[in-house]
Amino acid sequence: MIALDLSPAPGAAPALRTFRAQALMELKLVLRNGEQLLLTIVIPTVLLVLFATAPIADLPKPRIDFLLPGVLALAVMSTAFTGQAIGTGFERRNGVLRRLGTTPLTRPGLLAAKTSAVIAVELLQVGLLLLVAWALGWSPHGSVAAVVGLLLVGTAAFSTFGLLMAGTLRAEATLAAANLVYLVLLVLGGVAFPLSDFSGGVRDVLQYLPISALSDGLRTVLAHGAAAPGRDWLTLAVWTVVGGTTAARFFRWD
Amino acid sequence: MPAVEVSRLAKRYTSTAGISDISFTAERRAVTALLGRNGAGKTTTVEICCGLRRRDSGTVRVLDRDPVAAHQELVQRVGVMPQAGGSSASGIYPSARVREVMELFAAQYAHPLAPAALLERLDLTSVAATPWRRLSGGEQQRVSLALALVGRPELVFLDEPTAGLDVHARRTAWDLIRELRSSGVAIILTTHALDEAEQLADAVVILDGGRVLATGSPADLTRGTTPELHFTAPPGLDVAALTAALPNDATANETAPGHYAVGPRVDPEVIAAVTAWCAQHGVMADNLTTASRSLESVFLDLTSAEGSP
Repeated sequence: MIALDLSPAPGAAPALRTFRAQALMELKLVLRNGEQLLLTIVIPTVLLVLFATAPIADLPKPRIDFLLPGVLALAVMSTAFTGQAIGTGFERRNGVLRRLGTTPLTRPGLLAAKTSAVIAVELLQVGLLLLVAWALGWSPHGSVAAVVGLLLVGTAAFSTFGLLMAGTLRAEATLAAANLVYLVLLVLGGVAFPLSDFSGGVRDVLQYLPISALSDGLRTVLAHGAAAPGRDWLTLAVWTVVGGTTAARFFRWD
Repeated sequence: MPAVEVSRLAKRYTSTAGISDISFTAERRAVTALLGRNGAGKTTTVEICCGLRRRDSGTVRVLDRDPVAAHQELVQRVGVMPQAGGSSASGIYPSARVREVMELFAAQYAHPLAPAALLERLDLTSVAATPWRRLSGGEQQRVSLALALVGRPELVFLDEPTAGLDVHARRTAWDLIRELRSSGVAIILTTHALDEAEQLADAVVILDGGRVLATGSPADLTRGTTPELHFTAPPGLDVAALTAALPNDATANETAPGHYAVGPRVDPEVIAAVTAWCAQHGVMADNLTTASRSLESVFLDLTSAEGSP
């Protein structure tokens, strides 16, 4: 029989150790989930290659300069919103969040770990998409800091809504709704089709979607080398505040 | 200072279920069993003590703290094994491997047990690389038990720790729980298995319909009950005739076909009368024993007197 020292020696680990273990677990779970990888890695990459090489839609030239920013925005949405909503929704359904509530891991600690895992996946996505775009003839321009800033505030906006959905709906409903939102925003959010394809009134509304603001901001920086419009920053910031306060108010842990 | 003190605890749900008046004390270095049927209020009581549920009224002190106000301190000192199955399910990432989950939980505590040693102790080494969802029910139970212990807590709440375990795994779990007690840990477990309460518990709290029916050690609860006489014989004996032949107000009953009990008090005269009556009627009485009532018969008396909810 294995001797165990069961005598009490309680105490929490340093926050950094707990955070590292939790973030690594979250990352492993995402990378192990085939459907999520399809959504986060395969679909954006295929879209980029397909739309850049086949004459599918009437896009501004060079096509890759138009497509890359939209697909980057899509990648952020797929991880921060869709993937996170579905993953967290099922963790809630399976009682994982509840059980973690009986351990020293704090809620801010859990949130930090989840966010880090999202950012790690995004780094993979962005690296892969930039590489593919470069192979398709894209040449880097624009401010790196502006791109990183936009990606981060976009991540924040999408995460809050992903968590809001996960914390309020049933897991199955979250699964369906998160995929539906992904699909609708893919079509309506200036990802692969320019918003100028829509009539004026519709376009005025669509440009305030978080995905449109992120695509447009990234496009202004990456394709035109200009500063992202203040409207895009503001739009993403407002979505973040609205999603964050609503999620904080209504998120249910069990 | 006891490990847990619960006084006049109540929690009502929308339906009639819930708990209405629960009071008990759980000592340190002791196993306290909350014993009751499904729906008796065991899990609700434990969940309130763990800070997972709010109470409506009453007081709860866990390690001399309020479980809600001092939640962040108590999670460091208290291990929790939630009930398996049910609405909130297991609480473990389905695709995570056993070793990963153990290490994840261990990384939260200052002085955790070595995950590998704990797995070995619970015969889980062979499934260390298996994802949680592929484990059998019994394996999941054992992993869940291990997770409650990995942080070296002062107090553990184990909600039906041996449900779904085979006989061997059940013994292993019992041994581990006894070892926890002798190491100075307070254990509160829920069970509907009477033998578990009898074998393991220093104190038993019998719950039914959201209330406490009795508390005490298994010996306390069965003490004062006078011995009964049990024997087996062909089924269908005329117990009324046998009763008529018995002295001292003793009565005979057929508790199950071919199983007879004579009580409420048994003395040498009663035994002599039973065997004499059997000899007269050519009945061979087998397995003739006298014994104090088991915890089971005390429990059945208490809970059936209350009526089924």
